[in-house]
Amino acid sequence: MTETSQTKLIPGNSNKSIGSVMRQVLYALIPGTLLMSWIFGWGVLTNLLLATLFCLGFEVIAVKCRQRSVKIALSDYSAVVTAWLLAISLPPMMPWWMLMIGCCFAIIVAKHFYGGIGNNPFNPAMVGYVVLLIAYPLQMTQWLAPSHLVEQLPSLSHTLAVVFAGADLGIDAITMATPLDTMKTDLGLSKTLSEIRSTALFGNLAGAGWEWIAALYALGGLYLVYLKIIPWQTPLALIAGMGVMATVFTLAMPDHYAPPTFHIITTGCILGAFFIATDPVSGCSSTRGRVIFAAGVGAIAYIIRGWGGYPDGIAFGVLLMNMAAPLIDHYTVPKAYGQSS
Amino acid sequence: MLVPNNAEVKIKIGERVRRGQALTHTSNSVPAIHASSSGTVSTIAPHAVVNRSGQLLDCITIETDGKDESIEPLATLQPTADNKQQCLDRLRECGIVGLGGAGFPTAIKMGTDKTIDTLVINAVECEPYITCDDMLMQEQAPRVINGAEVLATLLSANEVLIGIEDNKPEAIKTMQAAASDAERVKIVIVPTIYPSGGEKQLIQLLTGKEVPSGGLPADLGVVCVNTATAASSFDALHNGLALIERVVTVTGAGVKNPGNYLTRLGTPIGELLDYAETDHRVYQQLRMGGPLMGVPIQDTTSPVLKITNCILAEAEQVQQAEQPCIRCGDCVRVCPAKLLPQQLYWYTRATEFEKAEDHGLFDCIECGCCDYVCPSHIPLVDYYRHAKFEANNIKTERARSDRARIRFEEREQRLERKAAEKAALRAAKLKKLKEREAAKAADDKNAQDDKQDEIAAALARVKAKKEKNND
Repeated sequence: MTETSQTKLIPGNSNKSIGSVMRQVLYALIPGTLLMSWIFGWGVLTNLLLATLFCLGFEVIAVKCRQRSVKIALSDYSAVVTAWLLAISLPPMMPWWMLMIGCCFAIIVAKHFYGGIGNNPFNPAMVGYVVLLIAYPLQMTQWLAPSHLVEQLPSLSHTLAVVFAGADLGIDAITMATPLDTMKTDLGLSKTLSEIRSTALFGNLAGAGWEWIAALYALGGLYLVYLKIIPWQTPLALIAGMGVMATVFTLAMPDHYAPPTFHIITTGCILGAFFIATDPVSGCSSTRGRVIFAAGVGAIAYIIRGWGGYPDGIAFGVLLMNMAAPLIDHYTVPKAYGQSS
Repeated sequence: MLVPNNAEVKIKIGERVRRGQALTHTSNSVPAIHASSSGTVSTIAPHAVVNRSGQLLDCITIETDGKDESIEPLATLQPTADNKQQCLDRLRECGIVGLGGAGFPTAIKMGTDKTIDTLVINAVECEPYITCDDMLMQEQAPRVINGAEVLATLLSANEVLIGIEDNKPEAIKTMQAAASDAERVKIVIVPTIYPSGGEKQLIQLLTGKEVPSGGLPADLGVVCVNTATAASSFDALHNGLALIERVVTVTGAGVKNPGNYLTRLGTPIGELLDYAETDHRVYQQLRMGGPLMGVPIQDTTSPVLKITNCILAEAEQVQQAEQPCIRCGDCVRVCPAKLLPQQLYWYTRATEFEKAEDHGLFDCIECGCCDYVCPSHIPLVDYYRHAKFEANNIKTERARSDRARIRFEEREQRLERKAAEKAALRAAKLKKLKEREAAKAADDKNAQDDKQDEIAAALARVKAKKEKNND
């Protein structure tokens, strides 16, 4: 008898590794980050560079202390992803020492104290972010004004002086609140929605400039969905969680609550949906669990945006749902083959 | 020739045997094995056999004489309404077992007491590289169809579904031609996706029903047999021939003439490889079966078994270091049993085998899809095999300690009961004794009373006498 040609499909990809997955995540972040630095200047890149250096440094220290292979730990790129997510969540031109504190909590405390990659119950980047937010609320809520609102963005030398020497931002670098923050404050001052949105800070749907950053991050996220690196259910569920809440309140009192489009098209929501709530380690394992997890993040974030003490709530939403993840997992074990009857 | 577990050898060393002659006695659960050629029995001793534990197993070695003389075939047996038992015995006598890889005795499958509507013929290859069933269908489709018909009659099934993958157009054509007259036979083309060749997966694909967890296909009124099994069953019933050969795929790195070889059972695997002109320096490892579920071959003198569907020579593979699980869920997406492989892995690592069982550990069919896709290169199936072993150990251990506890409690009860009986007996005795003593005392008292009466009477008499004397 003779050989017949034989091809047989095994669903999935055997060439995937943690490193390749994380690299794809980094590629997906590039367009949004580039636009962000175009709009906000050098401060975004200094954040990114310093956070990466600090995170890699802390990773090496932690792995050495735990007597593991440094080469394997660095080749999985997970520390770089953590650094990147933290860096783009923070206001541009963060002083170097604040970045160091954030990275230390992200890598040392949130990740390696719990056993390193795969074992952390909380999202490391969000832990770093929340520590800084609680410790330095003032600096954390001051963003640079986007380029279309100022004559000139801070120069590179000025940025470096602010980051490393603690120089004042000075007259040519105007800081202001983010659109989300402004919306919250102004609604608190009983301004109407149309009044608030008529200022130059706001664009057609959300914050001017911001909406395009969000769009590019969403594009990167869709690329990951296309590669099947992240499940499509998670971002959809998070957006739905936030959208449903926003729709209910907008329909009830359209003048007092921003419409769902405004809430969804924010970098916080989009980054959270595609890049943060999709962290598999600290999330849920079954599809049903993941949907509940992400919808919970969206709903909690909306509640904090609306009635909490902070302008955005994605980070808190993620951490709170991280806590609930084991419980959700317990109640969402899917029925195995043959167990349905 | 491998002697199955619990089988009783029929022949002696030095005895001459002919092709088709039974070497072991047949019992209800163990079908016979047969000499695959004529020759002299040289040894009956433990010998290298391909299995996961690498254990030596009892084998019968036959020095063949090259004459290949055969015994007379048995008479044709046509399944009818009242000869089912006879047919089942014939399947056992002819050594028919599942040729897909599990080697389950076909007579037991056919002997189910459930009502069977559908016979499923599994014409889906188990794994990539394996093409033995494809070849069999291309070359001997009528034999397969006849086998399916015979078995369907035996089961009184009114429908035969033959699932063939869409990458086998030749086999589909020949099978459709062969089945054109068979009314109840339906050929269903299924997509070529691993592991559709798994019994449970194919049944779901063809009937839409899921075999209940821990149950059998017969619970759904379905029996599933492999293509080659059906063909061999036809040989056994219609032609009266024992199972002595099968089609084996030989392929892989260094195999110059890869292909499907009709191989006598018991042929040393090394000889088969040489026949296919294999360069033994090229491959790194040999496997019996496919790349995902195949068993590593340690010793090439191991015989070709009834379940040997493929000999695969694997090229050197880059061994990637195992990294921590990041719970990415790729394994969940590919698991055909719809399990949560990563959770099973965590529970296994935490030695929480009972939790793993709650998460369907024993519904895992060990197909290896999760292994294949894992970006952390974790050998997941090895973990599950270990977990199943441990979970079973715990169960046996618990059953044993339960038995011991029950025995102990019963002994305690027995001792208590005996003690109580003894105490009751003693109490009764004591009571009796006391009664007797009391009776005796009463008697004594009576006697004393009598005496006193007598004394009194005597005294009275004396007194009366005195009074009389005084008068």
